[in-house]
Amino acid sequence: MSEAFSEHFHDRIVPPSGAPAWLTSFTAGAMTFLAVFALALSLAADRLATRWADALDRTATIRISAPEDQMALQTKAVLALLKTTPGIASSRAMTPDETKALLEPWFGPDLPLTDLPLPQLVELTETAQGYDSEGLKQRLAAEAPGAVLDDHLRWRRPLAQAAGTLRVLGLTAIVLIGLAMAAMITLAASAALAANAQVIKVLRLVGATDSYIARAFTRRFTMRAGTGAAVGAVAGALGVFLLPAEDSAGGFLTGLGFTGAGWLLPLALIPLAALVAFAATRLAAFRTLKGLT
Amino acid sequence: MIAFENAAYSYGGGELLSEISLRLAPGSFHFLTGPSGSGKSTFLKLCYGELLPTAGRVTLFDREVRGLNRDAVALTRRRIGVVHQDCQFLDHLPVASNVALPLLVSGRPTPSRDLADLLSWVGLGQLAGALPPSLSGGERQRAALARAVITGPDVILADEPTGNLDWEMSLRLLTLLVELNRMGKTILVATHDLNLIRQAKSQVSTRVLRISKRRIQLAGADL
Ligand SMILES: Nc1ncnc2c1ncn2[C@@H]1O[C@H](COP(=O)(O)OP(=O)(O)OP(=O)(O)O)[C@@H](O)[C@H]1O
Ligand SMILES: [Mg+2]
Repeated sequence: MSEAFSEHFHDRIVPPSGAPAWLTSFTAGAMTFLAVFALALSLAADRLATRWADALDRTATIRISAPEDQMALQTKAVLALLKTTPGIASSRAMTPDETKALLEPWFGPDLPLTDLPLPQLVELTETAQGYDSEGLKQRLAAEAPGAVLDDHLRWRRPLAQAAGTLRVLGLTAIVLIGLAMAAMITLAASAALAANAQVIKVLRLVGATDSYIARAFTRRFTMRAGTGAAVGAVAGALGVFLLPAEDSAGGFLTGLGFTGAGWLLPLALIPLAALVAFAATRLAAFRTLKGLT
Repeated sequence: MIAFENAAYSYGGGELLSEISLRLAPGSFHFLTGPSGSGKSTFLKLCYGELLPTAGRVTLFDREVRGLNRDAVALTRRRIGVVHQDCQFLDHLPVASNVALPLLVSGRPTPSRDLADLLSWVGLGQLAGALPPSLSGGERQRAALARAVITGPDVILADEPTGNLDWEMSLRLLTLLVELNRMGKTILVATHDLNLIRQAKSQVSTRVLRISKRRIQLAGADL
């Protein structure tokens, strides 16, 4: 009955309630575990989307390989054709120096330009709508038989869109997980409030305010959820950590990890889960208390 | 302190209490008697805002109960110590914590010396660490009384506080109430125990209210 008596008292004012308390810890743990994966998915999708979107920004090239006497003619034909092709914003022929710079990584700086039949490169930038790849190829074949459209990066467009969608799905999953957790904890808190009707009645009679009584419950459920979420977050992060490392091919599943400070993100889920539990319990408590005298 | 103006209460059927107009003046000592089921406990519940009058007005500390919000009701109850007929406790906490509960919920310090003194005064010194379910009926009533007076409330309402007590313990309890009344507290005790009322009358000036035919009247000297 010292001062410590009243300090720790507030934590014991509500009797330990078995099932609802464990349900809360377990739910928070399981939900946070799932949220870690949803988070990893979102971040991985985000990285892919960014990388692929960058690739899409790059322009396509048309490579013209033709006998020297036809080169200028075909280049002119290609440029004229591109001007009239819908979906192409701009195009220009690269200078021999630019072409040399592009080839340098492969052949070294001392490339004897004049000795090699260098192809002429035409760089094109597409509009946001894009162009019809097959149609362009056919027209090129008809008008400049030496021209080849190199648009291998275009196939990534739907993938970049998919990655963007995946990122949104991951974030939606986190929100849904949070809501499901709030719903479960609301049920658990309501059960605990119902089981402690007698305790609440006594507290009301001795002059406890609603917020005091609600605090007794929110403190407990927030602690419970926080503890469960800590276990879930660590287990989830460990699970992500144990996935095979990202390989050079950049496969999607193997890229499902956190990078650098990103490993701290699962930890951020712990206070988030505690906050959800706090809000859900507080809401449930005030709703229950409103119905009592 | 507590005033009724033409107040009535009904649990849903006919009116149990009708046309109640009375005033518990500060420092007064009242007994409330009446047959079982006549509405004594109901009247007490009206006095601390657990029930609201179905007609008329009840005023606690100059404020109409109907106009009080939930927090105001809680704060009002801190000024009223109540010994309920069915003494309810937090069964998972020891007697000492239960007695100190009104102080703890209002965030006031609990001087351990005062708590120990109060517990031994009501004869529960040895049972401070016991859990309420292990107490006898009389021990529960004494614990409830200790809990009702620990905050030094302005008003003390007691519903059959001696129902389970032997005469010696009843007298001790009465002495405590009389002492509190001399300190200026307003006291209202619902009881069947006419001997207790007579004993009180010999120590302090008291008035007796009697419930009959749904009305509350001041009883004559004859009891
Ligand atoms: N919550 C309730 N709902 C409906 N009726 C009730 C309720 N509480 C009490 N009553 C009825 O109101 C009447 C008065 O009850 P109350 O408890 O006030 O009587 P009392 O005078 O305190 O009786 P006792 O001396 O036995 O304690 C009783 O007939 C009782 O059945
Ligand atoms: Mg009664």
